[in-house]
Amino acid sequence: MKKIVQMFAIVFIASFAILFFIARLNASEGYSGDNTLTIYNWGEYIDPELIDRFEKETGIKVIYQTFDSNEAMMTKISQGGTTFDIAVPSEYAISKMKEEGLLIPIDHSKIPNLKYINPRFLNLSFDPGNKYSIPYFWGTVGILYNPEALGGKKIDSWNDLWDKDMKNQILLVDGAREVIGMGLNSLGYSLNDTNKDHLLEAKKKLDKLTPNVKAIVGDEIKMLMANEEAGAALVWSGDAADIMWENEKLDYVVPKEGSNLWFDNMVIPKTAKNIEGAHKFINFMLDPKVAAQNAEYVGYSTPNEKALEYLPKEISEDERFYPSPELTDKLEVYENLGKRMLSYYNDLFLEFKMHSK
Amino acid sequence: MKSNIRALYFLPYVLWILLFVVVPILLIIYYSFFNIEGTFSFENYEKFFTPVYLKMALSSFWYAFLITAFSLLIAYPTALLLTKTKHKQLWLLLIILPMWINLLLKAYAFLGIFGTYGIANHFLELIGVGAKQILFTDFSFVFVSVYIFVPFMILPIFNALEKLNPTLVDAAKDLGASPWITFRRVIFPLTLDGVKSGCQAVFIPALSLFMITRLIAGNRVITLGTAIEQHFLVTQNWGMGATIAVFLIIAMVIIMFLTGNRK
Amino acid sequence: MNRKWKVSNIYLIIVFFILYAPIFYLIYYSFNSGGKMHHFENFTLDWYKEVLQNVRLLIIVLNTIVIALLSAAISTIIGVFGALAIYSVKTRRVKNTLLSLNNVLLVSPDVIIGASFLILFTIVGIQLGFISVLLSHIAFSVPIVVLMVLPKLQEMSPTLIDAARDLGASQWNVITKVVIPYITPGIFAGFFMALTYSLDDFAVTFFVTGNGFSTLSVEIYSMARQGISLTINALSTLIFLLTILLVIGYYFITLRYNRPGRLGGRK
Repeated sequence: MKKIVQMFAIVFIASFAILFFIARLNASEGYSGDNTLTIYNWGEYIDPELIDRFEKETGIKVIYQTFDSNEAMMTKISQGGTTFDIAVPSEYAISKMKEEGLLIPIDHSKIPNLKYINPRFLNLSFDPGNKYSIPYFWGTVGILYNPEALGGKKIDSWNDLWDKDMKNQILLVDGAREVIGMGLNSLGYSLNDTNKDHLLEAKKKLDKLTPNVKAIVGDEIKMLMANEEAGAALVWSGDAADIMWENEKLDYVVPKEGSNLWFDNMVIPKTAKNIEGAHKFINFMLDPKVAAQNAEYVGYSTPNEKALEYLPKEISEDERFYPSPELTDKLEVYENLGKRMLSYYNDLFLEFKMHSK
Repeated sequence: MKSNIRALYFLPYVLWILLFVVVPILLIIYYSFFNIEGTFSFENYEKFFTPVYLKMALSSFWYAFLITAFSLLIAYPTALLLTKTKHKQLWLLLIILPMWINLLLKAYAFLGIFGTYGIANHFLELIGVGAKQILFTDFSFVFVSVYIFVPFMILPIFNALEKLNPTLVDAAKDLGASPWITFRRVIFPLTLDGVKSGCQAVFIPALSLFMITRLIAGNRVITLGTAIEQHFLVTQNWGMGATIAVFLIIAMVIIMFLTGNRK
Repeated sequence: MNRKWKVSNIYLIIVFFILYAPIFYLIYYSFNSGGKMHHFENFTLDWYKEVLQNVRLLIIVLNTIVIALLSAAISTIIGVFGALAIYSVKTRRVKNTLLSLNNVLLVSPDVIIGASFLILFTIVGIQLGFISVLLSHIAFSVPIVVLMVLPKLQEMSPTLIDAARDLGASQWNVITKVVIPYITPGIFAGFFMALTYSLDDFAVTFFVTGNGFSTLSVEIYSMARQGISLTINALSTLIFLLTILLVIGYYFITLRYNRPGRLGGRK
């Protein structure tokens, strides 16, 4: 009996000691003193030099934390107990956060640099008038492929994926909207289409793709493509940039039929303490030279039109990541189709996955 | 034992059972009757009885069966041989040890090992068979699943073997039985309980694998678990997720009934 | 007899080899300066340095340990009560129902447990985070403790209790001085298994966590989004070495008991 009691005593004491230690560590990670700005952003999504510059120019101390999924970020903010002044959600998360009243409207009069943003990227359906969010980075959904592995084949359209010589060569991301959107686009329909006939048509066409589909995977797609496990993959442009940086044999293309346009925008959560500072930061990031430096460092596409002048031509004229205006017009943002329709999309996707057998 | 002291033991435990076993099951059954808009309806059950889901259920059962069978095939000899070693407890612990390393990491390691340019293929090339596609096949899925479940099968069988009265085996040998007959007529039947628990411990979780189906099988294998995870976390259609869960629970009850202990 | 011995040894060696292959793979690449789990470039200890400097990772590892320790401890207490309760029930029907209910969680797929607990916590209004994870871990560990302790109780000869009573022991003394010492190996085994379940768990934690609280398995899952950094390999190697030491240590501790602690499996 004594031994047991001893053991439990040790366990409980150790646990509480550790808990205490954890609390101390947590506190040291993020404190909000005067004149600080707490930023919550994706990992590897800003040039650290720019943070230093901002601190020097404004005298505000920056506390920087990262997240890796919109869901995790939203949960953390909505649960309270945090004092983030700036967050950078993706567009679909922004509509959700708006609905739940988690955002503070942005005062455009305090961010004169807004005029440098390409108007094409403003006033979109997920945030009309940009009341709550300002574009930070954007991208597309497209095809990443290995020309060498495909025997020199050139890919420029969704329909190329259906070719016979693409047998067992394709990896798809595990996303209903991305895959069904691909089906819809390849038929010339909008990827926000809610017409069930069109959707069934797209599904039928996707079924025909199954011999070419090697697997439907998640984030490991980056590792798999870098390892040349497949000849082509349906990916987001951001991931494509990362993978291509690792394996230079790969190439990326935005299909000519059209595709998805995604955004990561800066927002001010309602728990912000330093709203003035938040506006200063947004304006700072919109400065063309700053935006250009950031775009070069991070490798994603900047929405800042004037910044393009400061980027090396090989980046700003890279049609893969800065498509022509004609192609950009064909790109669509995902609209919130409502629970039932989204559920229908997911059901179709599930059926598609099962057909893959 | 005096009744008030008995109550003391009973209370925390029964409370636990009520809160964490009975209530969750009731909740799941309750949720299964609500559709995506939150209104009471049977449509989830209607949906379940369509070819898509029935096919998925059948496929899940088939794979679970395969995995259980192979696990048993590998685990039984291992357990048997383990009981004959010195320091058998140590070896047993060493078998359990890999369970402590995170599952996702092991899966990623397999992605590397079974990859097109991975070690397995290097080995195949060395022995002249040539590189094959191992990932995203039924083989790799079953292999990795068996890898995960084998320790769960070994433990109960090992226990059952340990409890076996060695004089029974000696008696059989004395009466002239060959090793195979001894095994078939004496050892195996007496360890059947262990085999049954092992099967229980493997078959039912195997029905609901979802990470492995994506990582190793590339979603070429869909289990009921994949669908549940999808509905709960992605689509947020808890109703449908709960419906599938109800069927899993029913399957579980049936299996438990079929392989239960009749002590 | 010699040939048979060799074949069986080879079989065991193969099994162990396959069991540990992915782990050695992970350990091997934890020293890779190339940063990825292929194309080994140069030997480096950089990743280990990073592990020791990464505060967030440290917090997460500590979270994982605390949850494991606390949940194992509390579930062991509840489990012992449960085993005593089941042992003392005389009617067979009630006994079997309790046992079946006990085993439900053991046999349920993680996904269902996670999903149902999520529903439960949401309805009751418990915030997702440390508390919800702790409660869940306690919940799914209780059954295995019961299964480790109950056999010991059943093995115990009732005459021991009678003898103690005859000698004038009080109720309390019977339990603390006779029963518990007898079943101690079972209690330790239960605690150990509960610890294992907690450390190993991903799916349940994944469903019920929130508010930035993360355990190692959930963290690794979310790290996969950016490609697994080799710091995780380094961390895993360290954990692996630590557990090997613990395992060997535990083994020699249990050797000290008269009857070696039986690590039972599920019944």
